[in-house]
Amino acid sequence: MSFSASDLLTLTREGLYCPLGGFHVDPTWPVPRALITHGHADHARAGHGRVLATGETLRIMAVRYGAEFCESRQEAPLGQEIRIGDVTVRFAPAGHVLGSAQIAIEAQGVRVVVSGDYKRAYDPTCLPFEVMPCDVFITEATFGLPVFRMPDTRDEVKKLLDSVALFPERAHIVGAYALGKAQRVMALLREAGYNRPIYLHGAMEKLTELYKQEGIPLGETPKVVATERAKLHGAIVLCPPSSIQDVWSRKFPDPVTSFASGWMRVRARARQKGVELPLCISDHSDWPDLCRTILETGAGEVWVTHGQEDALVHWCGTQGIKAKPLHLLGYGDDGEAEPAAAPEEAA
Amino acid sequence: MNDFAHLLDRLAYEPRRNAKLRLLQDYFAHAPDPERGYALAAMTGGLTFREAKPAMIRGLVEARIDPVLFQLSHNYVGDLAETTALIWPAPTSRSDEAVVGPGHNNPPPHVPTLAEVVETLGTVKKADLPARIAEWLDALDETGRWALLKLITGALRVGVSARLAKTAIGALGGHEADAVEEVWHGLEPPYATLFAWVEGRGERPTTLNPAPFRPPMLSHPIDEDGDFEKLDPAAFSGEWKWDGIRVQLVGGRDEAGAQVARIYSRTGEDISGAFPDLAEAITFSGAIDGELLILREARVQSFNVLQQRLNRKAVTPKLLEEFPAHVRAYDLMHAEGEDLRPLPFSERRARLEAFVAALDHARIDLSPLVPFATWADLAASRADPAAVGAGEDADAIEGVMLKARDSAYLPGRPKGPWWKWKREPFRVDTVMMYAQRGHGKRSSFYSDYTFGVWRAREDGAPELVPVGKAYHGFTDAELQKLDRYVRNNTTKRFGPVREVAYGLDHGLVLEIAFEGVQRSTRHKSGVAMRFPRVARIRWDKPAAEADRIEALETILARGEREIAPGETLTEAQG
Repeated sequence: MSFSASDLLTLTREGLYCPLGGFHVDPTWPVPRALITHGHADHARAGHGRVLATGETLRIMAVRYGAEFCESRQEAPLGQEIRIGDVTVRFAPAGHVLGSAQIAIEAQGVRVVVSGDYKRAYDPTCLPFEVMPCDVFITEATFGLPVFRMPDTRDEVKKLLDSVALFPERAHIVGAYALGKAQRVMALLREAGYNRPIYLHGAMEKLTELYKQEGIPLGETPKVVATERAKLHGAIVLCPPSSIQDVWSRKFPDPVTSFASGWMRVRARARQKGVELPLCISDHSDWPDLCRTILETGAGEVWVTHGQEDALVHWCGTQGIKAKPLHLLGYGDDGEAEPAAAPEEAA
Repeated sequence: MNDFAHLLDRLAYEPRRNAKLRLLQDYFAHAPDPERGYALAAMTGGLTFREAKPAMIRGLVEARIDPVLFQLSHNYVGDLAETTALIWPAPTSRSDEAVVGPGHNNPPPHVPTLAEVVETLGTVKKADLPARIAEWLDALDETGRWALLKLITGALRVGVSARLAKTAIGALGGHEADAVEEVWHGLEPPYATLFAWVEGRGERPTTLNPAPFRPPMLSHPIDEDGDFEKLDPAAFSGEWKWDGIRVQLVGGRDEAGAQVARIYSRTGEDISGAFPDLAEAITFSGAIDGELLILREARVQSFNVLQQRLNRKAVTPKLLEEFPAHVRAYDLMHAEGEDLRPLPFSERRARLEAFVAALDHARIDLSPLVPFATWADLAASRADPAAVGAGEDADAIEGVMLKARDSAYLPGRPKGPWWKWKREPFRVDTVMMYAQRGHGKRSSFYSDYTFGVWRAREDGAPELVPVGKAYHGFTDAELQKLDRYVRNNTTKRFGPVREVAYGLDHGLVLEIAFEGVQRSTRHKSGVAMRFPRVARIRWDKPAAEADRIEALETILARGEREIAPGETLTEAQG
């Protein structure tokens, strides 16, 4: 029998595994050797033996889990081929968050691309997605339904700024995931000409500091001082999504509850979270971009990791592309596609 | 249409009543006539047009989008109008327009006004409706499409009650909502005279309606753990709480002197047409507040029986004969041109007794008082209505009502004068078998649970058989835990439904509270519960110890009253 993609990558309890290279990709349990696509907690866990990832991802993991998050680490330069056992791997930007990468795995003329989480929309805080032609494309499907067509992020940021102008006496509490989304919102606000300080919940401080060290200008971002909350009239405050309905956020002057997330596309999701000002800003591909990307890779086969896999698998069928869901466990399901602040950060 | 859609959109995200009121007032103050009048009608249920059927909307979308993708999206979003609004593709001609530009043969899309939509829906031929709706959907943006679809499918629930809308209208001219209610029933959309009045440009509209609806007085549930000690039994009068539908019987004479008879539901809907047998009994001038019930041979039938009449669309002679409608009167709001609502309850009651006696009509009788000296007396009556005079009517009693003797009849739900104290529900321990995603606020949470009880298979081995479905009774925090449980214990998926692990060794026990049991041919188990809801989540209880089907069959067979209210079935079986 000829060598195929399912010989190159198999499914184990820990997630995707490459037997020829002896490594896992984004394993959900500690393993001897892991390749990590990006720093979100459900993809990048602590406790592995050897870790290969982009420099940014390694530094994000160090900030989240401490310097000793694994036994040994190796930086993967983007675009360079790296030999591991009997396979060659190559990292390319995924456009999801700072340092996020897709990983191409190749052996005996078969190439599989594990895209991790990715997006094609504009993001000033990370490198744009790069199409890697492949035989099998492994894609997420967080927003894998045709109702998810994301609007222009500039219009969403304008909604926030309009509301700040309309209610200059009220604090605007914007829920955003601590890694990636928060910094993207800050950068978009700066691009829209907002020059006042953007206040941060304590859970966002370290990662935002790291972004700045990596050369991304985010302007003045002071941490909220608990006793000063009542004075922040008209301020924009970023906090983890879990904090928007907390007692913590109620101490601000007449707070407007906002949430920056692709989930805000669905009204019920906004209402469930008590959001008054939904901002539809997503770090995942929307439906048209998922479809476009699959076609652009030229892949003859698509494996869908997590999210709304049924619809995407069906669509691939209508395009004559073989597709199957992987039913990977442990990655964000529905509302938790992007993790909230890790517990130690939310404290 | 855009301003209206924008208003609905803001209302949908605004949880605070006062902020909603401000948004409404702002809209009504600035929107032009007749646009705002139709908006008011839309929010108060005052529009009558041929509603677009969900199947037709679905057909329009499926002509443009892969039906499988649409169905998956609908399952996920949980709302047809919203799914359609989000998924509706840009019209195909749009890209050409960019090149050609608007011109004689290529006019820009015409965005309809609300008035245009309402007027068109009232006159359009059924066959032309789909094409017209498609044109509108092409012309509107996402929010506009959502609002249009909500409106035309008759599902305009945006967290604004008719009462709140009327409050906003009243506030335009410094009037209370009740002042608007008083003139409301003589008016028609788009309410030009109403706006003229509140804005001080016209006279107060006179109620030409000789038999108007008056907003009913509603009660609060009593909290057994705190309310009684604050209340004086001597200050209250007791009555049965009937398990029927709340109605107003209103009679009067029009300008020509002819009798006008109306039956209104609690929300002011005119339901006279559905109850001609009862409307005939309205030979008086006045307004009776009471409960609509089915009586057979002077015995009140259970709500199940009433339901059978309510479910029929056509009012046939056979239906009238088999399900004769009656009203059990408990208040008199108006009599012979006199407004009795300011009088204390005890006086109104005396007037009511005399009124019903003088009327002497077989279809209208008096709801008896339930005398008591102490709260313990009343508790005993509530526990066993049959023993204190209700006799066989006890099946249709769902508790007791308490009304302060000195209270005026106040519209709305004032806290203090009226209390309801419902009967204890039955309870049964069941095992969760399937879960389905909810709708609306709960879409994408697994919030609807099908549960089962044990029965013996033919070979004697125990198996779980589904007996009902519950989707409320738990808090939002519990819902999140339940949702997580479903996701972590899924064994099979069928579209929006998941089967969860259940059996002797595993499964989640849900304690279900319910009001009664009926025979059902639709359920595999042969029984159906009334108003089942989750009373407790028994994370601690092994599935093997859940109740058996015999527990439900016992209620069915022995009659509901043989099991003392408040006991669980397991205890009753000893």
